[in-house]
Amino acid sequence: MDGNTCTCQSEKFKQLEKIIETHKNRPGALIPVMHEAQDLFGHLPFHVQAAIAEGLNVPLADVYGVATFYSKFTLQAKGTYQINVCLGTACYVKGAQAVLDKIADTLHIKVGETTSDGVFSLDATRCIGACGLAPVMTINDKVFGELDADKVEKILHEYLELVWGDDKNADTEEA
Amino acid sequence: MLTLKKLDEIREQTLAAANLENERKGTRIVVGMATCGLAAGAKPVYDLFQEEIIKRGLARVTLAQTGCIGTCRLEPIVEVYQPGQEKVTYVKVTPEKAKRIIASHLGNDEVIQEYTAALDFEAQERIALRNCGIINPELLDEYIAMDGYKALAKALLQMSPKQVIDEIKKSGLRGRGGGGFPTGLKWEFASKSEGEKYVCCNADEGDPGAFMDRSVLEGDPHAVIEAMAIAGYAIGSNMGYIYIRAEYPVAVKRLEIAINQARQAGVLGKDIFGTGFDFDLELRLGAGAFVCGEETALMISIEGKRGEPRPRPPFPAVKGLWGKPTILNNVETYANIPRIILLGADWFAGMGTNRSKGTKVFALGGKINNTGLIEIPMGTPLKDVIYKLGGGIPKGKKFKAAQTGGPSGGCIPAKHIETPIEYDTLIELGSMMGSGGLIVMDEDTCMVDVARFFLEFTVEESCGKCPPCRIGTKRMLDILERICNNQGREDDIEMLEKLAKTIKAASLCGLGQTAPNPVLSTLRYFRDEYDAHIIDHRCPAGVCTAFLQYVIDEAKCRKCGLCARSCPARAIIGRPKQTHRIDTELCVKCGLCMTKCPAKAIEKKQNQ
Repeated sequence: MDGNTCTCQSEKFKQLEKIIETHKNRPGALIPVMHEAQDLFGHLPFHVQAAIAEGLNVPLADVYGVATFYSKFTLQAKGTYQINVCLGTACYVKGAQAVLDKIADTLHIKVGETTSDGVFSLDATRCIGACGLAPVMTINDKVFGELDADKVEKILHEYLELVWGDDKNADTEEA
Repeated sequence: MLTLKKLDEIREQTLAAANLENERKGTRIVVGMATCGLAAGAKPVYDLFQEEIIKRGLARVTLAQTGCIGTCRLEPIVEVYQPGQEKVTYVKVTPEKAKRIIASHLGNDEVIQEYTAALDFEAQERIALRNCGIINPELLDEYIAMDGYKALAKALLQMSPKQVIDEIKKSGLRGRGGGGFPTGLKWEFASKSEGEKYVCCNADEGDPGAFMDRSVLEGDPHAVIEAMAIAGYAIGSNMGYIYIRAEYPVAVKRLEIAINQARQAGVLGKDIFGTGFDFDLELRLGAGAFVCGEETALMISIEGKRGEPRPRPPFPAVKGLWGKPTILNNVETYANIPRIILLGADWFAGMGTNRSKGTKVFALGGKINNTGLIEIPMGTPLKDVIYKLGGGIPKGKKFKAAQTGGPSGGCIPAKHIETPIEYDTLIELGSMMGSGGLIVMDEDTCMVDVARFFLEFTVEESCGKCPPCRIGTKRMLDILERICNNQGREDDIEMLEKLAKTIKAASLCGLGQTAPNPVLSTLRYFRDEYDAHIIDHRCPAGVCTAFLQYVIDEAKCRKCGLCARSCPARAIIGRPKQTHRIDTELCVKCGLCMTKCPAKAIEKKQNQ
């Protein structure tokens, strides 16, 4: 870790303290704090869990227990673009599995993994309630509906171009 | 402080100002902006309308975002209400179309017919969805304009808590979240308990394929808040919690806005309507655990712990959240309450059947033309739902079964299509109402694969506390996977039935007790499909890939070589200008060649 990351991390820990402070005296504060902590850090690594346990005065084992029980909480860092393919019944019946396989194939990762460059993470998700548009996936907060293998490939390429475009810009800036 | 008189004033003013009244003087344009609308691209359409209205200086035009209109397949939907005219519904609107609509419809009074669709709501009876797609869910005044918070005022000012409970009991309202327990009875139990109490709302809509609760929360959040305050008054509670899934960001945002508005207006907080009754609400976000839809698990999750259910009794009405008496109802149940209080139990009980009163919202999905939400009187035959409201099966395929009740339910096969839909008939058929997801399956759906899909879901979502559910469902899934992989054994079905019986009898909570239902129900009606997999080694619907072979029809093959180049397993033999052939030993059955072939010469065939 270089010096820059450290300052930004300690900045985040200060924010975490504030989050803990606002929830501290409410009953059942643990899960709301963990939601906000995950929004802040992107995931819940060990030292974040430890800080929450100390701040709320609950055993670390409880924090870890909650973090591993609920699928929304993740201990691993996620990619810049989080791809969630809905595997709810309506989507499944309409071919969501093929869509998921296509993405895994294109990005060379399995479900639950992140690409080695940290750009994409792929997960299968529960019904997101957009059954009318099945099969559906989300990339971060954006929803894509009525997918098939071809459509999904196009969408992925758009995102890849976005990433490569950024890289190019970064290169020219450095130059 | 809000008073009854003030409510009426706001109502009158808003009806006129927002062009909501029947005799409207101006134009009202609504854009459907629930999750499905937003996903289909409603935001740019809304922005364009806003821009154009300002640019053109259109007076007396109200532009409003609304919740789900119910016809998801046609989103984004824009509805235009003009004085003295029938409303016009534009469907699949894009910014380009929106520009033309503004120029033609608002500019020259000419409706662009080719963009419209006539949405038929005649067969529907909308109570829980009464305001969805009509009012702007982010404006309290528009809710009040539709008689909002009038029921709360009536309950607090004119009724005793006992009268409220009696009214709900008399209405025959049953829980819309799954079990169908009489709501009034639940309230009565809790009202008899002493001390501090809580009112909870289950908005952890976990059944895959059900999204009516999301729709209500996104389209009419105040209805739920009002109902919870009424429930608080009835049972003697001052605090409520709404437990909502984090997967519904739009609903969370609209609820937060609505709760703040309600606090500011004084319909939440201290001394509501000057009666001395205090009630407040808090939102709690779920974190992706299906088991938290179970009542004891949900309350434990609100307490900030792992959402593992506990044995009942004691029931939550005696010992619930933080050990205090608690009632829990789901979103759709609450959405019915204000109407029942306002219009009376007799009005509500006048709809539906003997044992199931009122209406039910269904989320139609799967292989059906009109996917979306419908609200129909209880007792409507399944046939009407599929063919009248649902518009039938796409591509003229044959209806095979409808799945209700999600992973806890079962399927209703084609031979029972005349069945009226109500709580008890569904249970007799081996299914259940559940929260109202209705997934339609056609001849191309493999029922063994469907059973496997649901078991995979339960295995993943089993919390692991009790062994019958944790281990039993996994064993059932192993067997189903084997059957789908062409490795079924003759005694597999017997084993499945035995496991199902044990899991149902011995599991701790509803999740485990109902987990075998999809298997039992498909075994009951589609035993022949299981036998086909195990004995004949074929999948009649052509879904399970282990039974399939991809074959190139030599007569159709144009010898272009596209398939060979796209094949990831290099299983296609043949040079360009030669007829191609698939090596079945190497083929991984991904189906890519089939999508690439310009001559459609590649077919899926059952094993010989």
